[in-house]
Amino acid sequence: MHKFDPFVLPFTLGLIFLAGCLATKYFTWVKNLPGEEKTKIKKGIFTLKSLKALQEVFSESLLHRKIFKVNPLLGYMHASLAFGWFLLIAAGNVESRFFYHGHSSPPYIPIFFRFFQPHPTNFRYEGLFSFIMDLLLLIILTGVALAWFKRLYSKYFGMKKTTVLLLGDRLALSSLWVIFPLRFLAESFTSASYGGGHFLTSNAGAFLGSFLPAQQLVYPTWWAYSLALGIFFAALPFSRYMHIPTEVLLIFLRRYGVSEKKVTTSFTNIEINSCSRCGVCIDPCQLASVANIKGVQSVYHLQSIRNQATCEDQSMNCLMCGRCDTICPVGIDIKSIRMAQRKQQAIQKENAFSYVSKINVKKADVIYFGGCMTNLLPSVKKSMIDILKEAEINYWFMDETDSICCGRPLMLAGKEAQARELMLKNKALINASGAKTLVTSCPICFKVFNEEYKLNIEVLHHSQYLLRLVEAKQITINRLNTRAVYHDPCELGRGSGIYDQPRKLLNKILHLNSSSQEKENALCCGGSLANLKIASDERKKITLHALQTLTANNPDALITACPACKKTFAISAPITVMDIAEVLSKSMVRKDRRQINRVKIRQDVPEEVEAG
Amino acid sequence: MKDFGYTINRDRQIDYDALPRDVYHQLKKMEPSVNACISCGTCAATCTAGQFTDFSLRRYILLLRRGDNSEVIKNIDKCMLCGKCMLACPMGVNTRNVIQSIQLIINKL
Repeated sequence: MHKFDPFVLPFTLGLIFLAGCLATKYFTWVKNLPGEEKTKIKKGIFTLKSLKALQEVFSESLLHRKIFKVNPLLGYMHASLAFGWFLLIAAGNVESRFFYHGHSSPPYIPIFFRFFQPHPTNFRYEGLFSFIMDLLLLIILTGVALAWFKRLYSKYFGMKKTTVLLLGDRLALSSLWVIFPLRFLAESFTSASYGGGHFLTSNAGAFLGSFLPAQQLVYPTWWAYSLALGIFFAALPFSRYMHIPTEVLLIFLRRYGVSEKKVTTSFTNIEINSCSRCGVCIDPCQLASVANIKGVQSVYHLQSIRNQATCEDQSMNCLMCGRCDTICPVGIDIKSIRMAQRKQQAIQKENAFSYVSKINVKKADVIYFGGCMTNLLPSVKKSMIDILKEAEINYWFMDETDSICCGRPLMLAGKEAQARELMLKNKALINASGAKTLVTSCPICFKVFNEEYKLNIEVLHHSQYLLRLVEAKQITINRLNTRAVYHDPCELGRGSGIYDQPRKLLNKILHLNSSSQEKENALCCGGSLANLKIASDERKKITLHALQTLTANNPDALITACPACKKTFAISAPITVMDIAEVLSKSMVRKDRRQINRVKIRQDVPEEVEAG
Repeated sequence: MKDFGYTINRDRQIDYDALPRDVYHQLKKMEPSVNACISCGTCAATCTAGQFTDFSLRRYILLLRRGDNSEVIKNIDKCMLCGKCMLACPMGVNTRNVIQSIQLIINKL
């Protein structure tokens, strides 16, 4: 039985090149991981984690379940290509194993089986296999057709915008797209000339053979098919399709606990090469969808890093809202990668704040840290103080006067050395106070206190602390006759995972509407401190769009738990905007009745409802 | 020439063309909204760093516009990037990017 023909060479050489390229890269990347990450791999490799990783490879890399959630047609397109091709290769290998009675064959044999054995007479399973192969080929061809259609009309796939591809990716894409039509033609012409094939290739062969010289076209089309495969394999490591093998590696490493660090590591290389440039991250990005800011979205940022062409204008023009991070089907840790880039690009300076003079410390049980933004909102400050006084808490309002920033805005700008200096100063004050609890009314401060300061005391966001006070009956409430909507701040919601406690507190006070975009899907108010580049009119567009969504079912008030969000919304909102502390202060039963908060939310509705 | 005992005073003029305004020009390119600054001083009034030291963004923009860069170069790193000035600015100047850009320009000098 002949098992070789020169036409297999492009495929085989391409495959050898690809295998060598991947082996070198993956070996280097894994070898260069930080020591503690390599230990995690060693510990995890012979445990259940490897099985879970395999399961994830099946459900995401092959079936693309996360993409089905974005849009079913989009999911089918990706799955038919990925899973279809995988099954085609697998079935082809099984077919040739059966045919050659278990003897091993060169790797190209399963791929080009129909060339070498177009219509084997003594093969018991020929009918079954040729049916399976034809069916799989048909599924893949529908996927290719959809992929081509998506380039023209992406909106039918639930994507208003899709990735703008560079030339290299377009070439790789073209070679990928012709592989399966060429296989289809090669097998059809073979079927027309030598028989064999099943419902797809046999009928197509008969049809094409009726007006084309099928026998002459057999050999050229098999050559073309091999060339297309060879070109695709050669281009793969340098294109978006590197994600195909790399995301498998990523899934395994992630299961073992390997993760991004504050600085770029070789794990970052693995993540950025796992980005398929699918473009699903573009629509959720409000910079793209509302403010028409292009070229800065995660897909392009990761591409810039891969091409070693990052710039400050791109990495700093991001709200760090996390909407892209949440929807990424590959689960790339986009936010950490961007933060590491910002840190790399920033100018680190030591002792920039030696001018900060001694700040007086007060001993207390609870420290209330307003934050820079809260300090510009007197009503929020007053509400918090009223509540703390009413509950008779022994508190210290740490940044009432002579305050320094918590340090997170500097961190978001990549200036870690400067941030650490402020953090050290604040930490000394916090420790000196002897307090057991730190409460802050700003989610930006909360995130840095919780994650970076490494304090020995409890750190709470004020929505959590206020809920605790109410549940412990240290504060009693009269319900308000108001319908309101709650806005999840980016840093509190996606940033810290706190969605339910503010809602639990608000539900005790008034009637909460839900919003079409809430919790993990909440929109950003546009006031983000993480974006240094966006202009004020661009921010306004984002704010107005977010307001439109939030006020869709006509609430009386918009409630948020972040001073930056409150200030951003209050300037443009058609309804009252209140912080959660103000709402509680308003509904709070005060021992001293003279202290009642007189601001009305709605003029035509009686405000207080008799406590039940 | 005979010495009559007169002196001729040199012209007292400020030659704006001689001032190094290239820092400000570059700043305008990187952050165009700095053009909108009307020197109202709200930024300096709210400034966190301003509580402890001499930091005034209003002053620094004025100085840069006049080509007087030295004081700005010495002090610009004192900013904590806290964002109060941005929230307070009535003209919508992107004050944080003004400071960030000045720092980048100065770093290249």
